[in-house]
Amino acid sequence: MSSSSTLERLNENPVARPFVAIGNMAISGLTELGLVVQFFASAVALACRPPFRVTLLLNQMEFVGVGSLFIIMLTGTFTGAVFTLQTVNGLAQFNLESVVGTTVMIGVTRELAPVLTALMVTGRVASAMATELGTMRVTEQIDAMEVMAVNPVQYLASPRIVASAIMVPCLSMLFVAVAYAGAYIMAVPVLGIDEGAYISRIQEYVASYDVMHGFYKSIILGVLLATVGCYKGYNAAGGARGVGNATTQAVVISSISVFVLDYVLSALLMKFEPTYNAVSY
Amino acid sequence: MTDTTVVSVPDSPYAIEVKNVCKSFGPNPVLKNVNLKVRRGKTRVILGPSGSGKTVIMKHMIGLLKPDSGNILVDGVDITTLPHNELLNVRRKFGMVFQQAALFDSMTVGENVSFPLREHSVLSKEAIAEKVREKLGVVDLKNIEHKYPAELSGGMRKRVGLARAIVLEPSIVLYDEPTTGLDPLTTDSVDKMILDASKRLNVTSVVISHDVGSALLVADDIAVIHEGVIVEDVPAKEIRDSTHPFVREFLHTWFRKQ
Repeated sequence: MSSSSTLERLNENPVARPFVAIGNMAISGLTELGLVVQFFASAVALACRPPFRVTLLLNQMEFVGVGSLFIIMLTGTFTGAVFTLQTVNGLAQFNLESVVGTTVMIGVTRELAPVLTALMVTGRVASAMATELGTMRVTEQIDAMEVMAVNPVQYLASPRIVASAIMVPCLSMLFVAVAYAGAYIMAVPVLGIDEGAYISRIQEYVASYDVMHGFYKSIILGVLLATVGCYKGYNAAGGARGVGNATTQAVVISSISVFVLDYVLSALLMKFEPTYNAVSY
Repeated sequence: MTDTTVVSVPDSPYAIEVKNVCKSFGPNPVLKNVNLKVRRGKTRVILGPSGSGKTVIMKHMIGLLKPDSGNILVDGVDITTLPHNELLNVRRKFGMVFQQAALFDSMTVGENVSFPLREHSVLSKEAIAEKVREKLGVVDLKNIEHKYPAELSGGMRKRVGLARAIVLEPSIVLYDEPTTGLDPLTTDSVDKMILDASKRLNVTSVVISHDVGSALLVADDIAVIHEGVIVEDVPAKEIRDSTHPFVREFLHTWFRKQ
């Protein structure tokens, strides 16, 4: 019996129908994932092959990086300040206010900076990429590029993905810096924690690999959000509504993937950090 | 000088040959054993109603779609079996004018027209600017290099689209519904543009359209497609004598409206 007739038979069975639906969802999800990986691989391969599109790359670096400076500085400063405010309350119960800097900075460098930066950039950049490429797709501009013997993946997707891979970690480091400033202002002048203790505890307990942990994650998250944004836009169909759907999907999928991938990357990176080898997770 | 490493031109009298091409999208057959030849240096119009498969044939000719079965020969070379990089070389023989012009809206007119030159030639900036001026002159447009596509009318956009299509001096120009949605005067100017381009540049042209008037004006040969099947394929002057019932109805409806 052919597999399609088996499926039809299963679909007629009310008990089996939900399982068939779940199976179909899993298959379409995995197919989509495969297509995204294929799209990413071809964008990376084409980025390494001439013609090298340096001007386009610099333009995208400006768009992703310089264009996001303000929102990252704003988010970072307030994240550092509010994280300090909340943490001090908890630590005060154990007379441990002086370690607030350490707690906040480990949280920021390892988790909040890469994740919040990726989410902010997703909202600003991945959506713009999906909209721009989606509009180009539905107005045949991408077809026009192909007809003119220009590879649209190399021209449109590769510079955007490479620019994100470079600029998102830089933005994440900027986030760390301004979050540090926000945390310091909240802890020392506002809450009156001793400056010497505050700084010396940070120097003592925040190591370079905490910063690198966040940095490595930012590279991967930057690649992820740009790939999803470009892929969704590149494959948009169905006019204005299609572009809208592509943008929404790009933001939703990127945001969820940021959290999932953040967990996977954290678990993987901690394997290589001696301090955390004793922790089970 | 343009850096176009294209495959050699054979002796075939046909620029494009579509042989026994079938194409389906999902369960829907769109092209059913289509055979079509485009004579070198002539204008071939493919006439048919919306949804008959005209655009799908054109996308096959330039390798944007691959047939389920059958072959597409461009200058005698089967493009259905070519690897992607060789297909890109074959595409340099083509220029294409899209239905909505498909100009890059983030670029000015000058940047749009110069795009193929910047990608595929080693010309200096001055030479490129000169070439852009020349090609915009061919389509009767002057001093609009700095404008953006959004600032142009539909007819002007089409003409800029043609200037971009011919800037690499291709041997074949494809027109996708060039007169759809245009007023009669602009339609007339687009028809003249196609005739002028054919005459001045001696290119092979393929026009897909459902505009009988334009087809009769610009075509050397006309094929009529209906539900994925070529139902008529004759020299333009013989199309009025067609005995095929669909073609007669199609033409009759148009003439009645006139």
